[in-house]
Amino acid sequence: MDIPYTTTPREDTGLYNAKVGIWLFLASEVMLFGALFSSYILLRVGADWWPAPRSILNIPIGTFNTAVLIISSVTVVLAWASLKMNQLSKFKLYQGITILCALIFVGVKSVEYTEKWKHYEIWLNDGSNYSGHIDVNGKHNPFFYTHNKLVSEGVTEITFTKDPHKYGDPLPEKAAGGGEAHAAEAHAHESMVIKTEDIKRLSAFVPAHSTYFAIYFTMTGLHALHVIGGALVMFYLWITAGSWFRSRPEQFTNRIEVSGLFWHFVDLVWIFLFPILYLM
Amino acid sequence: MAATTTAKTHEAHEAHHHEHHDPGFWRSYVFSSDHKVIGIQYGITSLAFLFFGFILIALMRWQLAYPGKAIPFVGGLLEAVLGEVAAGGVMSGNLYNSFGAMHGTIMVFLAIVPLAFAAFGNYVVPLQIGAPDMCFPRINMASYQCFFLGGVVMFASFFVPGGAAQAGWTSYSPLATTIPTDGQTYWLIGMVLLITSSLLGAVNFIATIIQLRAPGMTWMRLPWFVWTQFVTAFILLLAFPPLEAAGLMQLVDKVLGTSFFLPTGLMTAGGAALADVSGGGSPLLWQHLFWFLGHPEVYVLILPAMGIVAEVIANNTRKPIWGYRSLVYSVLAVGFISFIVWAHHMYLTGMGTKISTFFQTTTMIISIPSVIILTCLFISLWGGSIRFNTPMLFALSFLPMFGIGGLTGLPLGFNFSDLLLHDTYYVIAHFHYVVAPGTIFALFAGVYFWYPKITGRKMNETLGQIHFWLSLICMNLVFYPMFKQGVSGMNRRMADGGATYLGVDDVGSGELVGTPQAMIDLNVNISHAAWALGLAQLPFIFNFFWSMFAGRRVENDNPWQATTLEWQTPTPPPHGNFDKEPVVYRGPYEYSVPGAKADFIPQNQPDPA
Repeated sequence: MDIPYTTTPREDTGLYNAKVGIWLFLASEVMLFGALFSSYILLRVGADWWPAPRSILNIPIGTFNTAVLIISSVTVVLAWASLKMNQLSKFKLYQGITILCALIFVGVKSVEYTEKWKHYEIWLNDGSNYSGHIDVNGKHNPFFYTHNKLVSEGVTEITFTKDPHKYGDPLPEKAAGGGEAHAAEAHAHESMVIKTEDIKRLSAFVPAHSTYFAIYFTMTGLHALHVIGGALVMFYLWITAGSWFRSRPEQFTNRIEVSGLFWHFVDLVWIFLFPILYLM
Repeated sequence: MAATTTAKTHEAHEAHHHEHHDPGFWRSYVFSSDHKVIGIQYGITSLAFLFFGFILIALMRWQLAYPGKAIPFVGGLLEAVLGEVAAGGVMSGNLYNSFGAMHGTIMVFLAIVPLAFAAFGNYVVPLQIGAPDMCFPRINMASYQCFFLGGVVMFASFFVPGGAAQAGWTSYSPLATTIPTDGQTYWLIGMVLLITSSLLGAVNFIATIIQLRAPGMTWMRLPWFVWTQFVTAFILLLAFPPLEAAGLMQLVDKVLGTSFFLPTGLMTAGGAALADVSGGGSPLLWQHLFWFLGHPEVYVLILPAMGIVAEVIANNTRKPIWGYRSLVYSVLAVGFISFIVWAHHMYLTGMGTKISTFFQTTTMIISIPSVIILTCLFISLWGGSIRFNTPMLFALSFLPMFGIGGLTGLPLGFNFSDLLLHDTYYVIAHFHYVVAPGTIFALFAGVYFWYPKITGRKMNETLGQIHFWLSLICMNLVFYPMFKQGVSGMNRRMADGGATYLGVDDVGSGELVGTPQAMIDLNVNISHAAWALGLAQLPFIFNFFWSMFAGRRVENDNPWQATTLEWQTPTPPPHGNFDKEPVVYRGPYEYSVPGAKADFIPQNQPDPA
């Protein structure tokens, strides 16, 4: 006996096996991300400090990435519809665009990540606290320094270049004239030399920096892994499309439908991530 | 002409068959996608872990009974393998904590769940619903491989610097994060692998039960065992991911130095310094996420066991299960409610009386369907002509043993009484009565019951009875005294068996404050019983292997005269299970139907015309 309903739907459920499987898998994914979203709420409610995300993350870039994913969720449907209409070349085009969108998304995200990893916040023993960039032993903008790392490398002093506006502080209201805010920040970007012994804590904007960055990197990182995983599967289906579709068209179309369902879920997660991490 | 065609088709068919049936050693036994082979792989691996988990506790029981004395026989070996933590063959506090944490982890995630759900479920469910295999055979194989890898990672963690995880199977933060051992990191990676494995399994089970039921196998004709596996799979599917999220967060805490579960102002190094972390996290969040899995997990442990018991009882009372529909609705109700009782593990955290009230209410509500299930199984015995063979003895003893375990849970479900009993030996006694003489006995019943289908031979009955009676007596000698210890306030995680809190009369009033000496002395009795329990498993281990080669061959494919479909296949079932697709005409438990020729009617037997 062979396994039935691998491509044709079972009469009483109206579904083929893989479709049941992917919906169940997505249900568990909802619980996985649901737990993280719940954690976000609990952590934020109980936090001592929560930054104003708009001063930290670049909203236009986030909006661009959101648009990229939304476009990809349209093309992923068009790809499936093309197969349904027996148009393999059109499928190739749309599936290609979807994969390209995934790559753009991950690429933009990695630029965002690396920019954070060489951007620092410093707390000094005198109680002052700035964000900015550092130079250590002539290295400009190094990654992942901490106070402990400076001590263990025997660094005695670093050059710190302050940001015009400190990360995490609420942005000033856009004043009608705009003059005052400008005046206040005109003399920012100043560099200063700081002795290691005066530093209380030094952290790049990495997960260990604060609860906000911990949940930001964990959630977007897990989401990015989903994007990469989905893109790999869709890429595999893309390069094997020709022979597979000609020999077993129905099965291949089903595969595309299933991978498309997953892709929609990945998009949907981002639709929730974007506002809670960038806007709120 | 016609003959040639037939011959040719036949040849082609043979070739096709051949290709299917002789995939070589590796594809047949190691990288097999056949649900039966995977079930057996799960079964043997999890039995091995069950034994390993028992060894851990057997060693810990020495430390509890004779604290600070060198462990006889294996003390030297422990020192040679694990080094300083077992210096002089004495179990140090750290080693005790490691063994304790790993005993719990291994028993729950590597022994009982894979045995009850993955092993029996994989082998029996497709056969019982008349399916040729699972829906996604290769995902099924991946599930076992993830499980095996998770087991390897857990096992390897004993040998990393600092030893295995020490913060209990619940791994509460900040303790779990701040104990300086890589073992906790291994634990978390192992858990992520095990969760992935159970996710793949759960998707497969549900899809298989929904999609691959044979013609005529309607929902209300499913053997109740299939229902329990169905609900269990849903629990695993939906309750495990939050623990995966929590595990990821704790992993990030441990590896990248974040503070998801570390509060502001955390001191380390014995309170000497502030921990070098950002703080601002929530230790309570870990507990919520952990118990969101942790409590449904209890039902993952118990539901498949109940399913096995129902099958064995129906078969050996030779009458239908009483209240099949009530059983079905009850198991569904248990599945739903199990998701909203988790915080009854957290009364002591100070999360608030209103929340406690909510959770103690739902906890009391979930006991209703559980009691319905047990009652149905009890009533099923009434008026039956019971065959007291080994599987039936284990199934029968499950009922009172689980009853004790369940009823002693009520004082833990109530907020006011739990405040006294929390983290005492009473809790240990309670959940071990549920899982050890409860679930494990049901699993033994399952092994004895389905063994003839898997191997074509029955296990030896005499050895089985010896195994049963000795196990039953020892189990009770081990766990019953723990109720007394717990009620007298003995803390469950003391490496010295509670001697730290030995009762003293420090005000000279004649009344002791602390644990009475008599309760501490019980540790010796319990330990002796535990080691005897280990010896009582020897007949089983011998029987298990010996019967494979020398057991009595079954006289036909259906040696227990059972009704369900797994007995209507060749023995052992070939790849693809059924010679031709079975058609189901009746419910699962048509025993002793008035007017019928035999006292059982298989599900696939058509009505006499």
